[in-house]
Amino acid sequence: MKKVSVSFTLNGDPVTAEVPAAWTLLRTLRENFEFTGAKEGCGVGECGACTVIVDGDAVNSCIFPIPEIEGKSVVTIEGIADKDGNLHPLQKAFLDNNGVQCGFCTSGMIMSAKALLDKNHNPTEDEIRTSIAGNLCRCTGYVQIVEAIGMAAKK
Amino acid sequence: MSDHLYVGKSIPRTIEIDKVTGRAVYIDDFKRPGMLYGKILYSDYAHARIKSINIAKAEKLPGVRAVLTGRDVPDVRVGFLKDQSVLKKDVVRQFRDEVAAVAAISPDIAREAIDLIEVEYEELPAVFDPVEAMKEGAPLVHETDARGKPLRTNILPLPWRFQAGDIEQGRRESAFTVIDHVSTTWVNQCCMGPSGCIAEFDMNSNLTLYNQTNVIFGDKGRISEYFSQIGLKGKKIRIINPIVGGSFGTKLDTDIYEFICIQLALKTRRPVKILFDREEEFRALPPRQPARFTVEQGCDREGRLTFRKIEAILDNGAYTSWGATTPSVMMMPVSSLYRVPNIYYQATCVYTNNIYCQAMRGYGNPQASFAVETSMDTLAEKAGIDPAEFRMINRNQSGDLTPMRLKITSCGLEECITSVKEKIGWNDKKGKRNGRGVGIASLIHVAGGARVTLSDGHGIMVKVDEDGFVDVLESGTDQGQGSPTVISQIVAESLGVRPEDVSVIFGDTALCLWDAGTHASRHTFMAGNAAIMACEKAKKQILEMAAEYMPRMIKSDFKKMMKKDPEFVEPELDYSLISDPANLDIRDRKIFLKSDPSHPHFNMDINKVLRRGLHVGTGESRVIAAEAFYDPPTETLDRELKGNLSMTYAFGTTGVEVEVDRDTGEVKILQLVAAHDVGKAMNPTLLLGQVYGAVYTGVGYGLTEEMKLEKGKVMNPNFLDYKLLTAMDVIPIKPVIVEPGDEAGPYGAKGVGEPGLVPTAPAIANAIYDAIGVRIKDLPITPEKVLEAIKNSK
Repeated sequence: MKKVSVSFTLNGDPVTAEVPAAWTLLRTLRENFEFTGAKEGCGVGECGACTVIVDGDAVNSCIFPIPEIEGKSVVTIEGIADKDGNLHPLQKAFLDNNGVQCGFCTSGMIMSAKALLDKNHNPTEDEIRTSIAGNLCRCTGYVQIVEAIGMAAKK
Repeated sequence: MSDHLYVGKSIPRTIEIDKVTGRAVYIDDFKRPGMLYGKILYSDYAHARIKSINIAKAEKLPGVRAVLTGRDVPDVRVGFLKDQSVLKKDVVRQFRDEVAAVAAISPDIAREAIDLIEVEYEELPAVFDPVEAMKEGAPLVHETDARGKPLRTNILPLPWRFQAGDIEQGRRESAFTVIDHVSTTWVNQCCMGPSGCIAEFDMNSNLTLYNQTNVIFGDKGRISEYFSQIGLKGKKIRIINPIVGGSFGTKLDTDIYEFICIQLALKTRRPVKILFDREEEFRALPPRQPARFTVEQGCDREGRLTFRKIEAILDNGAYTSWGATTPSVMMMPVSSLYRVPNIYYQATCVYTNNIYCQAMRGYGNPQASFAVETSMDTLAEKAGIDPAEFRMINRNQSGDLTPMRLKITSCGLEECITSVKEKIGWNDKKGKRNGRGVGIASLIHVAGGARVTLSDGHGIMVKVDEDGFVDVLESGTDQGQGSPTVISQIVAESLGVRPEDVSVIFGDTALCLWDAGTHASRHTFMAGNAAIMACEKAKKQILEMAAEYMPRMIKSDFKKMMKKDPEFVEPELDYSLISDPANLDIRDRKIFLKSDPSHPHFNMDINKVLRRGLHVGTGESRVIAAEAFYDPPTETLDRELKGNLSMTYAFGTTGVEVEVDRDTGEVKILQLVAAHDVGKAMNPTLLLGQVYGAVYTGVGYGLTEEMKLEKGKVMNPNFLDYKLLTAMDVIPIKPVIVEPGDEAGPYGAKGVGEPGLVPTAPAIANAIYDAIGVRIKDLPITPEKVLEAIKNSK
C-alpha cells in the first residue's frame, strides 16, 4: 500500500505521520496518534461523530483524505481543554446541561459547536442548530445540546 | 422528605467527564494485545440453499488467521426459539444470514478475505408478507422446528392470547363501536455507537467477552448454554461492558455476531474484535418489529369503554429473538391503558424471509399504543365526545386492578391529561379542521421492574475506604441513561456522603452481583432500591465504628488541647449518647448526634472516623462493605398471561399541535406537551433528557423513520436514506413532570426511560386528523401518505 508522509499541527503540536495514502484523517487520528475521541459512526460523512476542526472549520474527518492535511492545523476533542486541564466551556456546559447521554456523538457535537463559537460569540438558536445539523444524535433530541451550546457561548 | 441534599437535584454529569474529553473507551476504541479483526459474510439471497462455499482463496490471503463456515463450527441452535445456527450451513432464510466469517490481522485484510469467499446458492421461493405467509401453500421459512420435527406452517408456536371479562357482554352494553386497521413498520434503533465485541480466551479456555450487552448475566447465561453444547462445558465466562454508545433494545439479546466472535477467538487463540459498520447496523441487526392490528372498541352512552378486541399480526422475520415477545408488552396497553372491563387480544407472530426483529425502546408498547389510541379517537368521535374528555372518563386511577391484574398504585394520569389540555390550549384549538389541529394520547408502562425472568432482582455492592470515598459495584450497564450520576446521588443521599465521593463501576459479571438487565425502564428503580438497602447496611457499620471510636477520639482531642493550652477546661459530656450507634446519623460527610445535630462536640468528619477505625491492628481491623439484593415482590405472568409484573407503572400523556400543508403533505409540529408521571424526579435535568430523547424518537416513529425492505432486502441502510431527525427538525417540547411519589420507588421514583416515546406517534396522528379530517393509520405518516389520504377523502 502506497504511503504518504504528512506534516501538520495537531492540537498545537507539530506532528508527522507516515500512513497509507488511502487513509482518512479519522483513521490517522485514531490509529496513528491514538486520539480516539473522534468516532466513526457511519464512515461516509453522514453522522458527524468524527467531526474535528481543520483550519477553523468543522469537517467530517472520516471522509477527509489524509494527503490533504499537509500543512494544516487540526484540533480534536482531546485538544480543547486548556493547558492546566480546565475544561473548555462547551465541555463543561455539556456536562452541566445533560448535553451528553451515551456520549458517542459528543466529541463531534462539541467540535462542530466550537467551530461555530470560535467565529460567532453570540449565535442565535438557529445558528447553533445549523452548526450541528450534520451531527446526528439518538439519545437527546438535541434539546439540551442546543441549550448547552447557548450556555457555553455566554461564557 | 423534602430535605434531601442530592436526590431531586440537577447534579451535573461530571462523573462522566471522559465522555466530553474524548477519553471514554467504547468498543471501537478498545484493543487487546495481539488482537485480530473479525468480519462476517452475509447471504446474497432472502431464501436459498447453499450449494457450495469455497474459502480457499480467502484462507490463502496473507494475514488471514481463520475462515469459518457452518461446516467448521458445531451445529448448535441459538436464539429464543432455538431456530437458527451461528453460521448457516445448508439454507439461508434472510439477507442477514451469516454464511462465513474471517479473522485477520487487520480490518482491511478481513474485508478483503470476505470478498474472496465464493458461495454458490440455489434460490428458493420466499415469502415476505406475514399474511401471505400464513396461507396454506406459502413457502415454508423453516421446514423443521428446533427438534427436527417437520413444520407445516409459518406461524410461530407462541401463545399470545389474552381474555378478560366477556367481549359479547361488552358488545351488548355498547352504544357505539368502531373497528380500525392500524399498522406500523420496521424501524432501526440507530445507536450512534456501532455494535461490536471482543472475545478472548485464556489458555485454559476461559472466556472474557468485552461486550455491549445491557443484560450482562443474561448474555453470560446464553453463552454458558452455548459452551455446554460446543465442548466448553465448565469453562468460565466473564462479561465486561465498555462504555456503550446507545442501546435502545439492540443489546438485549445475544446477537449472532457475538457467537461468531467467540468461535473466531477459539479457533485462533487470539483476542478477536468484531465491529459493525453502519450498513451492518441497518442490514444485520434486528430492528423493531412491524405489526398490523385490527382493533375494535365500544363504549356506552356516557363514554365508558365497554370492550376492546385487538388482533395483531407480527412479521417475525426469519428467526426469533425478543421481537417475538413484544406481544407480551403490547398486552399492557391493550389490557390496561384506560379502564376497560372486557378484553380480547391475540397476537400471531409469523415467519417470513424478512430480517428478524427484536426489542426497541418501549418494546411492543409504541406499536400497540398506536392501535389503542387511534381507536380511542375514532370511538370518541363516533360517541360525540371530546377526545381528551373521553380519555379522562376512562382514565386509570390509583387502586385499580386492571384486567391483566396489574396493580395500579400511584397514578398521575388525570393530572397528565389535565395539564396537557391546558398547556396545549386544547379547548381553543380542537376541531377547527383548518389545517391546524391538536391530538392527544396516553401511555401506561412498567416502571418498577418487569418480572419477565424468574429473578427480577438487582444486586449491588458498596464499599467505603479510609478517605470516605465510596465504590459502588453496579451490575447495570451505562448505555447513556445517566445512571452513573443518578446512582451516585442516591448513594450519597442514603449513605451521607457527597455525589463526588462516589465512583460507580458498571457491567462486569465477575465483580458485580446478579441483575436482570438494564432494560424495561427498570434501572433507576431497581438499582436505586438496591443501593438504598446496601447503603443502610454500610451506614450501620460506619455508625458502629463511630460509636466505638468517637468518644475516645473526642476525649483524646481534649487531652491534646489541654496539653497545648493549660487553661483549657474539658467540657463535661455524656459520652453514652454517642456510644450507641442508634443515636448517630451521617449527612454530608458528617457523623452527628441525631437528637442534637448542632452539638458542638458530638460531630465528626466521616473520613476521620474511618481513618481511625479501619486499620487498627490484629483482631480489630475491619472493612466497610455491604451488599444488597433487591428482588421486588412482583409476579410473573400466569397461564392466562395475567399477573402484576411490576411494582409500579408509569403514566403519561402527550399533546401535539400540528400544521398540515395540504399541498405538500408535510406535517409541522407546532408544539408538543409531554406530561409524565415519574413518581419523583431523581435528577430533573437528566430526567428531561430522557423525555426529550424519547419524544424525538417517537416523532421519528410517527413521521419519518422506516426501513424500506424490498423482497427482504434493506434498501436504505444509511443515514442519507433512513430519516433520523436532525437538529434542524425543531420540535418545541414542553415537558410536564408530575410527581405523585411512589411508595415502592427509591425516594419515590418510577422508571422513565421508555415512556416518552410511547404516546408520541398516536398523538401526532390524532392531531393530523383534527387538522385536516383525514386519519392515517399506517406509520410513518409521510407526506406521500398524507397527500394520498387527502386525495382519497375527496
